[in-house]
Amino acid sequence: MLKIKDLHASVEGKGILKGINLEVNAGEVHAIMGPNGSGKSTLASVIAGNETYEVTKGDIFLNGENIEDLSPEERAHNGVFLSFQYPVEIPGVSVTNFMKTAINESRKSRGLDDMPAKDMLKLIREKSELLEIDRKFLSRSLNEGFSGGEKKRNEIFQMAMLEPKLAILDETDSGLDIDALRIVANGVNKLKNKDNAIVIITHYQRLLEYIVPDFVHVLHNGKIVKSGTKDLALELEEKGYDWIKQEAAV
Amino acid sequence: MALQSASLFNTYYLILKNMDLKDKLVSSFLAFENNIDVHNPVHDVRTEAIKNFETKGFPSRKEEAWKYTSLNSLQKIDFSIFPKKESSLEYKDVKKYFIHQIDTYKIVFIDGVFSSNLSETTHDGVDICLMSSALTKPMYKAVIDVYFNKVASKEESLTTLNTAFSREGAYIYIPKNKVPKKPIEIIHFSTGNDTALMLQPRNLVIAEENSEMQIIERHQSLTNHAVLTNSVTEIFAAKNAIVDYYKVQNDNDAATLIDNTYVDQKDNSHVKVHTFSFGGKLIRNNLNFYQNGERIDSTMKGITIIGEKQHVDHHTLVHHIEPNCESHQDYKGIFAENSTGVFNGKIIVDKIAQKTNAFQQNNNILISDKATINTKPQLEIFADDVKCSHGCTIGQLDEEALFYLQSRGIPKKEARALLMYAFANNVLESVRIPELKVRINKLIANKLGVNLGFDL
Repeated sequence: MLKIKDLHASVEGKGILKGINLEVNAGEVHAIMGPNGSGKSTLASVIAGNETYEVTKGDIFLNGENIEDLSPEERAHNGVFLSFQYPVEIPGVSVTNFMKTAINESRKSRGLDDMPAKDMLKLIREKSELLEIDRKFLSRSLNEGFSGGEKKRNEIFQMAMLEPKLAILDETDSGLDIDALRIVANGVNKLKNKDNAIVIITHYQRLLEYIVPDFVHVLHNGKIVKSGTKDLALELEEKGYDWIKQEAAV
Repeated sequence: MALQSASLFNTYYLILKNMDLKDKLVSSFLAFENNIDVHNPVHDVRTEAIKNFETKGFPSRKEEAWKYTSLNSLQKIDFSIFPKKESSLEYKDVKKYFIHQIDTYKIVFIDGVFSSNLSETTHDGVDICLMSSALTKPMYKAVIDVYFNKVASKEESLTTLNTAFSREGAYIYIPKNKVPKKPIEIIHFSTGNDTALMLQPRNLVIAEENSEMQIIERHQSLTNHAVLTNSVTEIFAAKNAIVDYYKVQNDNDAATLIDNTYVDQKDNSHVKVHTFSFGGKLIRNNLNFYQNGERIDSTMKGITIIGEKQHVDHHTLVHHIEPNCESHQDYKGIFAENSTGVFNGKIIVDKIAQKTNAFQQNNNILISDKATINTKPQLEIFADDVKCSHGCTIGQLDEEALFYLQSRGIPKKEARALLMYAFANNVLESVRIPELKVRINKLIANKLGVNLGFDL
């Protein structure tokens, strides 16, 4: 589904990703771990098409297609979803109206008419129940005044609504208390199926207790320096990142 | 019609053809006076006013208040001071300019002349009718004596110009404890029968104690012929009165509007003026509030969205004269292409006006390198126990927010529009007529050139 080959990216001339290789197949859950500043969030942003970052070398393929020239919205239409580490507050646009716009724009790109209002309401009801979201919450302005946990839950609600093929969850566990973490993880697990793939970007192993990854990769200094199974995450939890850094330095 | 003799007027018209606009107006005053009752006490008011205008003339950019707005090119246009002939319009052809989803009282003018077939006036417990009646009929004399030209400036040249020619407009009188059954629409159409027409509507709005009303005002030209509207509205809100006034300014590119609005408020009254400026060649809003009482609330809100070479200038004044009052100003502007904007918000707090709470905010987004905005708060505070806050910002759209929306599949153009809509939207929250809110939403979406996936 996702194939990244020798990806280099920089921001304002400063190299951040320095040759990433990664392959994610349908039905898989991958975790990308690593110390602060290793390039985890940059990788997520670059896959989603954030133009702040410049891809200087390498390719990203989605279902065999090179997506280099696709805008963020076109990538979204092709099934890419990024759950933001810091979701942006947009006063004046309600969660519901935002989702309606997003879904209908995506349908438009596939040559479909707007989703009938009745179906939209049903979908919203269904997905908000999945994430235990109060109906009142949906009429509030997008992310405005939301707690950290509410913002993250709202991100996963959007994922549930848009049903992406490739979901990248950037530090979705940060700012969540244990109950919210369980709700979010439960939601993600219910959305997981054999046709989609999930990439979890996280600093800690905590979320991986709930969403069990098939593969764990460690990112350090813009490169994947180690890959393994979920046991690698446990090892990192126990020993920290220093041994990885030392190993990488050798 | 005040001008019964068309031929007399045409003679004037020919003589006046090569004059500049000021001289033409001053000379036309004679013709104007010939057709109205000079024994009416209003005659003296008009005569004083034309003298002031004759001395001062049109404001120039040398004056601080007109530094960024030039009326020079307008003065070269050969405006007709009076419409050449009476026109009529069919409701079906102009329905879209009304808030037709709801029932309203309507005071409609075509080329400055009252249109009885498009209007719905009333005298049922309240007076929603014509200034021409109020200025001439004895039954209104007592009210006119007390209110007419009492809050409007006797110094500001364009206001005095309007006063000199004051004859027609809306007259609204809501007695104590009354609330009209429905909102009131005041619409001025210009038909383009004259190649260039100057209009000077004069409105008088009186809300007696405990009364309440909602007014929607619009100026609309139906062709691309030049129109210059120099409008004056006086609003009096007595104790506990509530007045909601909405100005919809979405005219075409040959229309110029100078709107002079003066508000006099007494104890506990609430007056809100919303100004939606989406179109026109040049718009100048002079909005003046005088708080003559305590615990008064004055609110001024505006959304300006313009492009091309359009120009919108908001000049506001709030004079806090008594203690314990509030004023709130919130103006949002979005400027595209070569458009230019001005915001000048003046707040005066007199020495005795302690415990004043005055808030002013002006936020702008420039979406083109060539658009400009000049924004200036002007605070003159003589009391020492007051809360005054003001802020103005000029910025671009937030790139991070744009990426967030795009990453959800919303194309860049729509995402930009959504952000601009969101930016302006909070000004709409205080609009208390839902159908008007929907209409403004549609105008905004239309102005931003998008069809968003939901009903804005």
